[in-house]
Amino acid sequence: MAVTKLTMSGFTAGSYTKYDDFLAGNSAYIPSSFESIATATGTGSSGTITFSGIPSTYKHLQIRGTILLSSAGSITFTWNGLSSNYAQHSLRGSGTAASASGSTARSSLDINLGGAGESTNPYVSILDFHDYADTSKTKVVRQFLGYDKNATGGEVALMSGMNTNTSAISSITFSSNANFTTGTSFALYGIRGE
Amino acid sequence: MLILLLEHLSHYTGLGENKVAATYEPIATTTLGSAASSITFSSIASTWTDLRLVLVGTNVSSGYMWILRLNSDSSSNYSNTRLYGTGASAGSGRSTSVTSAWIGDSNLNNSTTIPNLSTIDIFSYAGSTYKTLLSTSSTDLNGSGNVIGFVNLWRSTSAITTITLLNDGASNFAAGTTATLYGLKSA
Repeated sequence: MAVTKLTMSGFTAGSYTKYDDFLAGNSAYIPSSFESIATATGTGSSGTITFSGIPSTYKHLQIRGTILLSSAGSITFTWNGLSSNYAQHSLRGSGTAASASGSTARSSLDINLGGAGESTNPYVSILDFHDYADTSKTKVVRQFLGYDKNATGGEVALMSGMNTNTSAISSITFSSNANFTTGTSFALYGIRGE
Repeated sequence: MLILLLEHLSHYTGLGENKVAATYEPIATTTLGSAASSITFSSIASTWTDLRLVLVGTNVSSGYMWILRLNSDSSSNYSNTRLYGTGASAGSGRSTSVTSAWIGDSNLNNSTTIPNLSTIDIFSYAGSTYKTLLSTSSTDLNGSGNVIGFVNLWRSTSAITTITLLNDGASNFAAGTTATLYGLKSA
């Protein structure tokens, strides 16, 4: 067993404060349960944004998106490069009527359920992936989304989506048939469990 | 096993001065000690990516809707689309070129005794594009009530520095009403 003793030798003259713990009077650092993993922004020249290499160390994921397109277009998302076996259901308010819809055997999931994305009035979306790394579970996502274009339209909706593949989610891709402008951002957060 | 004996330890900064900034951080909380016509969060720094506001409380008078204004803008620069369930039916509505964002019970079921809960997410609040808000309003009065989802648009490219919570008519927030503003910071 080695014992090292630090003495006054080498210290400059002066007064020193002795603390009884390593916090030395500072507050303890408590790691957050809600952590930012990565942020991706549009470039104006691509209709694809991908989060890859997502660690499996969190319990849940959340993505918060502000979306603007170079021109009217669709906005969809997938994970792990999967292009089949998605299903989605939604409850939508168009401003004139509430409606519900569902579809299966899809190649992707929608963000813009109603009107097309555009360059001025942002689409916003909150996506929650619960137990994304649990390989015993089908992956399900919950989305709260909306856009409003004042007199020319708008939609607010709740959506659930799933894919039958049980692999842990390690990548998520957002796609459009237009380009994501520089005003587009997707922020990926990890939520820790006990 | 290494035993380190320290004498006359110099000031040790430790982790406290080097801690990672919180991702989901409370910015400010207001709890009304007495009734008030408004609750304001001002001088909001541009530090975060999104803002989240949680409002829980009652009104002095029933039958009014909670609203909010950004940067004290009371011009017709707001619009909203909403989806609601009343317990008997589902419906949707839109309001265009109005003078505030709608965040409360648009079916005017605000109670003087049972709290209403509103959550408001403001995306890219410090950016230079129009601002879109997602919000929910939850009111259950045991026999009536509404659950509502709103998307609000504020047609301004200014960064948001002030948020004012109000009622849409001559009612005050009751004592005990609490509003908490959070900042969410992305990488």
